[in-house]
Amino acid sequence: MTPSEAAPQRSSLRHSRLARPDVWRIGVVATALLLALPVIVVFSFVFYPAGDVWRHLAQTVLADYVLNSVILMVGVAAGTLIMGITAAWLTSMCEFPGRRIFEWALLLPMAVPAYIIAYTYTGMLGFEGPIQEALREAFGWGYGDYWFPEIRSLGGAIAMLSLVLYPYVYLLARAGFLEQSVCVLEVGRTLGLGPWASFFRVALPLARPAIITGLSLALMETLADYGTVQYFGVSTFTTGIFRTWFGLGDSAAAAQLSALLMGFVFLLIVLERWSRRRARFHHTSTRYLQLPRYRLRGTKRVLAIIACLLPLLLGFGVPAGQLAVWAWQTAPHMVNTDFIRLTTNSLMLASLAALIAVGLSLLMGYGKRLRPTPLVIASVRIAAMGYAVPGTVIAVGVMLPFAWMDNTVDTWMRDQFGISTGLLLSGTLVALLFAYTVRFLAVSIQTVEAGLGKIRPTMDDAARSLGLAPRHVLRKIHMPIMRGTLLTAVLLVFVDVLKELPATLILRPFNFNTLAVRTFELASDERLADASTAALAIVVAGIIPVIILSRSISRSRPGHDHAA
Amino acid sequence: MTTLLELDKVSIAYGRRHVVHEVSFRLEEGMIGCLLGPSGCGKTTLLRAIAGFEPVASGWIYLASEVVTRPGFALPPEKRQVGMVFQDFALFPHLSVEENIAFGIRHQSVGERKNRVTQLLQLVGLPAYGKAYPHQLSGGQQQRIALARALAPRPKLLLLDEPFSSMDVELREELAREVRAILKQEGISGLLVTHDQFEAFAMADEIGVINGGELQQWATGYQLYHQPANRFVADFIGQGVLLPGTVLNPHQVETELGIIEGEVPEGCGKGCPVDILVRPDDIVHDDNADLPAEVLDKAFRGAQFLYTLRLQSGVKVLSLAHSHYDYEVGTHMKIRLDIDHLVMFPRREDVR
Repeated sequence: MTPSEAAPQRSSLRHSRLARPDVWRIGVVATALLLALPVIVVFSFVFYPAGDVWRHLAQTVLADYVLNSVILMVGVAAGTLIMGITAAWLTSMCEFPGRRIFEWALLLPMAVPAYIIAYTYTGMLGFEGPIQEALREAFGWGYGDYWFPEIRSLGGAIAMLSLVLYPYVYLLARAGFLEQSVCVLEVGRTLGLGPWASFFRVALPLARPAIITGLSLALMETLADYGTVQYFGVSTFTTGIFRTWFGLGDSAAAAQLSALLMGFVFLLIVLERWSRRRARFHHTSTRYLQLPRYRLRGTKRVLAIIACLLPLLLGFGVPAGQLAVWAWQTAPHMVNTDFIRLTTNSLMLASLAALIAVGLSLLMGYGKRLRPTPLVIASVRIAAMGYAVPGTVIAVGVMLPFAWMDNTVDTWMRDQFGISTGLLLSGTLVALLFAYTVRFLAVSIQTVEAGLGKIRPTMDDAARSLGLAPRHVLRKIHMPIMRGTLLTAVLLVFVDVLKELPATLILRPFNFNTLAVRTFELASDERLADASTAALAIVVAGIIPVIILSRSISRSRPGHDHAA
Repeated sequence: MTTLLELDKVSIAYGRRHVVHEVSFRLEEGMIGCLLGPSGCGKTTLLRAIAGFEPVASGWIYLASEVVTRPGFALPPEKRQVGMVFQDFALFPHLSVEENIAFGIRHQSVGERKNRVTQLLQLVGLPAYGKAYPHQLSGGQQQRIALARALAPRPKLLLLDEPFSSMDVELREELAREVRAILKQEGISGLLVTHDQFEAFAMADEIGVINGGELQQWATGYQLYHQPANRFVADFIGQGVLLPGTVLNPHQVETELGIIEGEVPEGCGKGCPVDILVRPDDIVHDDNADLPAEVLDKAFRGAQFLYTLRLQSGVKVLSLAHSHYDYEVGTHMKIRLDIDHLVMFPRREDVR
């Protein structure tokens, strides 16, 4: 069976394309590098000599920034844990009227951006708001006669952020409770543990990794928040970066502040990764069956309903209702050509960013599928890191290199041809779209990767054996099969961009406004009612991903309600 | 006949782990080959290398006298004109049966495409299913459509990766014969990968037995059964037992069941310990014979019983006997050896 001696001579020359560059590998790695640019730039300023402004900051306000940020994080952690875990335990382990509705409705506060809930409550609870006014009328009090909690404070910011961020903890804690094997909990019950004991001694420790993941996500959002703390006058890192950048005009100090903020974020990332790693070892049994829920009666039933209703009402019902009332009053004079232009701007930006993000996600996800080398896998991971980076930091990290490039090109063109090219990148939509892509690519990568994972590898092989090159396989097989997934990814990024505030504030072109920016500007000018129409539009759009999320959860529950 | 596919000392490695080691064989045009072996032996990896999905560490693969794979180079699968049928069929769920079949011939004119699709649907016996979608078909129907899709571009070679493994056991051989007929009718060469020897016998002209990443023997099914090249093939193909014996002279071997005549391979002198392959049909039930054996177990096979017998020395052998002779487990029956040709392997002391 040995082949003929002449065999090697039969090799033909036209196949000597050995060193052809690998477009997929290069594409994935280059994209990741480009997307990591803002964070790299920000970190490079750690080594930049500290200027006067930085020394001034360090002596005066830096301690405040750190302290306020830390208090904010501790407060939000407490708030989200209490609300999130209570709601998750009640809806997953107990039976009471309305449980099925609460299951998904408790996610609704996610639709409300923190800066919107902040100004809504300010309008309601402020001195001129309906509540204080009613109190004054009822008791005949005047200004200064009575004490009322000041909403525009650090405590107020903690409350606002907790109300819209608890769903992260709720979501993951619930998943953690539901994934616990029946056996483990049944063993707990047979050993005589009551509901309370089995909660604290079995369920909670088992769900801890999931809860920590949810908590770290909520805290990342807390660190990234600019609108709420700015509106409430609480000095944190994000407001500090804005002030240093615009007020003091020192970009280097702003970048150094950003780097410090990123240090906090990285702690959270490490915490999250660590908890996820531990989560893998926590499933001791594969039996997932419907666990009989505790049937609550009497006072307990009422308390359970209150514990679920309160976060839902305070985080969504009340602010959305107030916005609707204001919008009803002000929409007739607020919906004009200006408002339509805002909406068009927002829709255009969000659509463009969503398409770019999903396009790049396809490149990254499919590139990883084709070439799962360590370098490619690491690149995809790096590209998806942006979700942890606050919008303010990304904006600073985008602005610095883009402005530098504009200047360099401009100088060179003037020296060579006497033409001033002005701003090519910074202050244009390119910079804004780039920042959105960095920040929200993770959302679409995750979705696209999950979609690709469901397509069996033999599909790829079959299409290729039928004469299709890899890029055409993507176009003719994967994309049509995961049409629904791609639409989901587009929608998720679209809504995130629509809600985004700080990066848009910094990077938007001159005189270019979006719904989110206008909402924030009007609210900052105390025109709260006027801001409501744009705010309501954002909240309504924000409900879309909540629906997507709750549907995908109800479909992927192991062993629970699978007959339904 | 011209050689269509040739493998020359092909080795495939994942990292440092060799999964295929120096495999060479040749498949002539119009023939159907088979790679047969236990799971994890490297046969599917070999098939994927021929299709262009796996690079080789060393060795060459020729397709119609052209190098398609060598170290550092692999002609992409889409340029090989090699069809493939997958274990899970891999029908495209978003396309109808017609569109699936026409997928590989999208460069042809509409008329040509339509004709070919109709022709193939006829060939696989599903003429009415053109508009259906894959999820509406049964497993067997999906399998036929997958075959039709792979055949549509008239590939030089059709590769089949365990194509019948998800079918009912009773259906496999029948389907294998059906697919063989279709390939022969279309004049397309085939290479099948399977762990089921009956599938291999039903479909292939030539079979390569693979174990531990190495090709043990490349031969017809008949040769594999009657002239196995080594112990593994002897053990893997068909049923049988290795009976210890001692060489008397170059033409005779003495065993517990008597002296067997045959050619003793070179290197085995007088007194050399050997093992002799004894198939169930080599041991005949004969009431006039002198050798008693105890019935340990029996399996009813319709016309025959397959008996597991224990000889006086304790060695166990298999015997196929007419089902008129019904012996109870624990009783004794008389047997006689009736071997056509001798298959023997020098004894490896480490084995026994």
